[in-house]
Amino acid sequence: MSYPSPLQELITKVKETRERRLKETYPRLKPEEKEKLLKQFHPDYRAETFATLRVGPNAGDRTPKELAALLEADSSLDPNKLALESPDYTCDVLVIGGGGAGCAAALTADDHGARVIIATKLRLGDANTMMAQGGIQAADKENDSPAIHYLDVLGGGHFENVPELVEALVTDAPEAIQWLENLGVIFDKNPDGSMKTIHGGGTSRKRMHTCRDYTGAEIMRTLRDEVKSRDKIIVLEFCPAVELLTTPEGEVAGAVLLNLNLNSYLIVKAKNVIIATGGSGRLHYQGFPTSNHYGATGDGLVLAYRAGARLAFIDTMQYHPTGVAFPQQIVGQLVTEKVRSLGAQLVNIQGEQFIFPLETRDVVASAIIRECSENRGIKTPGGVDGVWLDTPMIEILRGQGTVKRELPAMVRQFARFGIEIDKEPILVFPTLHYQNGGVAIDPFCSTNVPFLFVAGEASGGVHGRNRLMGNSLLDTIVFGRRAGKAAAESAQKRPDHLNLTLNHLEKWRRLLKEKGVETKVFSPVLLPDYTRKKA
Amino acid sequence: MKENLIDIYIMGEHHQVPDSLTILQAMEYAGYRLVRGVGCRGGFCGACATVYRTTGDYHLKFALACQTKVEPDMQLAMIPFFPAHRPRYRLSELKGTADEVLRIYPEMLRCYGCNTCTKSCPQDIDVLGYVSAIVRGDIPAVADISFDCIMCGLCVSRCPAELVKHHAALLCRRIYGRNLAPRSEHLQKRIAEIREGKFAHALAELKGLSKKELQERYAARDIEPEE
Ligand SMILES: Cc1cc2nc3c(=O)[nH]c(=O)nc-3n(C[C@H](O)[C@H](O)[C@H](O)COP(=O)(O)OP(=O)(O)OC[C@H]3O[C@@H](n4cnc5c(N)ncnc54)[C@H](O)[C@@H]3O)c2cc1C
Ligand code: SF4
Ligand code: SF4
Ligand code: FES
Repeated sequence: MSYPSPLQELITKVKETRERRLKETYPRLKPEEKEKLLKQFHPDYRAETFATLRVGPNAGDRTPKELAALLEADSSLDPNKLALESPDYTCDVLVIGGGGAGCAAALTADDHGARVIIATKLRLGDANTMMAQGGIQAADKENDSPAIHYLDVLGGGHFENVPELVEALVTDAPEAIQWLENLGVIFDKNPDGSMKTIHGGGTSRKRMHTCRDYTGAEIMRTLRDEVKSRDKIIVLEFCPAVELLTTPEGEVAGAVLLNLNLNSYLIVKAKNVIIATGGSGRLHYQGFPTSNHYGATGDGLVLAYRAGARLAFIDTMQYHPTGVAFPQQIVGQLVTEKVRSLGAQLVNIQGEQFIFPLETRDVVASAIIRECSENRGIKTPGGVDGVWLDTPMIEILRGQGTVKRELPAMVRQFARFGIEIDKEPILVFPTLHYQNGGVAIDPFCSTNVPFLFVAGEASGGVHGRNRLMGNSLLDTIVFGRRAGKAAAESAQKRPDHLNLTLNHLEKWRRLLKEKGVETKVFSPVLLPDYTRKKA
Repeated sequence: MKENLIDIYIMGEHHQVPDSLTILQAMEYAGYRLVRGVGCRGGFCGACATVYRTTGDYHLKFALACQTKVEPDMQLAMIPFFPAHRPRYRLSELKGTADEVLRIYPEMLRCYGCNTCTKSCPQDIDVLGYVSAIVRGDIPAVADISFDCIMCGLCVSRCPAELVKHHAALLCRRIYGRNLAPRSEHLQKRIAEIREGKFAHALAELKGLSKKELQERYAARDIEPEE
């Protein structure tokens, strides 16, 4: 297919300016310039797309309308129709979600002697973790330190991150890398064994560890294989959680699962529950396309919220600056930040740079939105706007063959639609990528609800108002392991007999009534609906 | 933009869909709300393995539904689950030698060398190449050649010898990562330093700074140059 001729003509502009741009560095923005750009163009600042929550622990806080509707929704369950007194499964630790955080938690809980069940919505490993390409951060080089890493994380998060969580993240990081390596993850290395590391947006040291551009896939398939090798871990696939179970005292004691194949409910009694359900890109906030996997519908936030857990930073989402804007078939899919780390520049319709390519993601995304809304973007045949990402520059800067060697997944993705990214630039526009906030946790992944733990993208606080590339894979491993250990230890201290109820749901329904919140929405939604709406 | 509709058949059922869609999008356009057979929607998870042929042609073709555009007269079915054999093993109990792989997957020796696997791989991996490396006991080569495998299982569905090579390759990659790849001295060193508490003081100090002080430090930090 390749580019239609109007776009090919525009590419000439990119080529014409390339020689000059090779020598030019676009200046980094000053703090005040960043603030201004964000306020004018970042989607988080579009007040009309937010709603203020009326019920629950975060009443008074604002969040995107789409998420608010689900947080204030009803459950589809009828407590009278469930046989809570005879659970289908009993365990020490129920892990909800089979991505990076879920598997890391399950393995660690198993290491600590707990009886573990993983309940997951699709197949084990069908998760955002599988899609991460760019890399995972850890300050393990001579010129780096956990303290330098700490400062970078805070700068990215607008200095609002929870300090104790960031401390845990950067301190555990090298050990997390070693843990993965011991499970068989293959990191990119030099012949002497030292890690090949690169920069990411907002990093002051090259501390991004990579596995070609399949970093998340390499981690996820390894974790999945290890989970499947453990005799004691029970994996329930296609069994999403639809509600937590609580004791009469309001403590968590298990969950109700929905078997998607049989359309029947399963009751799991658990001494501790770890929510590791990941993000919510498939809710398409503000109508944005998304890079997320099919099951990323924010279920964990809904389940935790109804049980009384406090959420943090749910008024900020991450829009990855470089989502695919063309071809139509892959709009919204990710163009990894590694492309810019390797030297590709962002260029407008006149072939001019308009931002330093490795500013933090929110800043780069805002700059792209600015270019497009001030008519310096490129209209694609699908009707969306985009700007150029000048990928052939990588070949000029780093030698021929670099693109194929360093970015095989990207090359393949575009080649399927006739575009050779080592020879032609590509069109990009921000895509909904990450849920910066989530359930508030402490450094041991506890929440304000007893026996409920949360890890990974479903949790909130560590990344503050914006996450840097490579800190999220790290977060899933670090806090997944912490949650697994904490939950296994907590289970040892809890008695076997637990009285299962859905009292919290009844309480929730009363609360909705009291506050006059009328809802026709049922949540969690589990899967997006992309079937054609016939007129 | 005007849509150009084409005829396709989903599990025998006739539908008209725009020719610009991927197979996955076409199924959704036709009204299927997918539960199985979809995951990442981006070519990374291998959930959407699909078999098709076009009317009048006996050849069977294999593709990832999320990465392949529809063609006129496509007759398609998904294979959302393929019962692939996977023995249990504990990596930590293995020594990391090549003969262990063949002990766990002895059937790998039965490869006919027909190369059907390579032709069916949506990732363009030289599948026979890594199968031969498994047989030769060259684990680093298996790890390298098979690295981009998304575990879709299409190569298994086509194999006359019924070999589950993607699982055997995963075992080899894990052995390589754990036992054969050179170790990073700087990583071991850093872990030891952290355990000794070398950075506790610096972190405690940063944790105690005000937002303004942190902003100043941040603005003043030196950045490692690109090259
Ligand atoms: C395209 C892409 C590229 C990325 N690149 C990078 C990168 O380079 N570096 C980096 O650090 N980060 C990256 N990220 C972010 C990072 O991958 C994720 O934030 C992280 O992997 C989240 O891990 P998780 O375990 O919390 O969630 P996930 O990996 O998404 O796992 C969540 C799991 O929960 C399941 N689930 C959901 N709801 C339910 C339910 N109701 N019941 C049961 N199970 C449920 C899901 O099916 C899934 O298995 C990227 C993300 C995407 C989407
Ligand atoms: S090697 Fe086999 S399992 Fe792996 S991607 Fe290719 S066809 Fe799929
Ligand atoms: S399809 Fe099977 S028998 Fe044929 S080359 Fe591949 S592994 Fe060997
Ligand atoms: S849905 Fe993941 S590869 Fe197609």
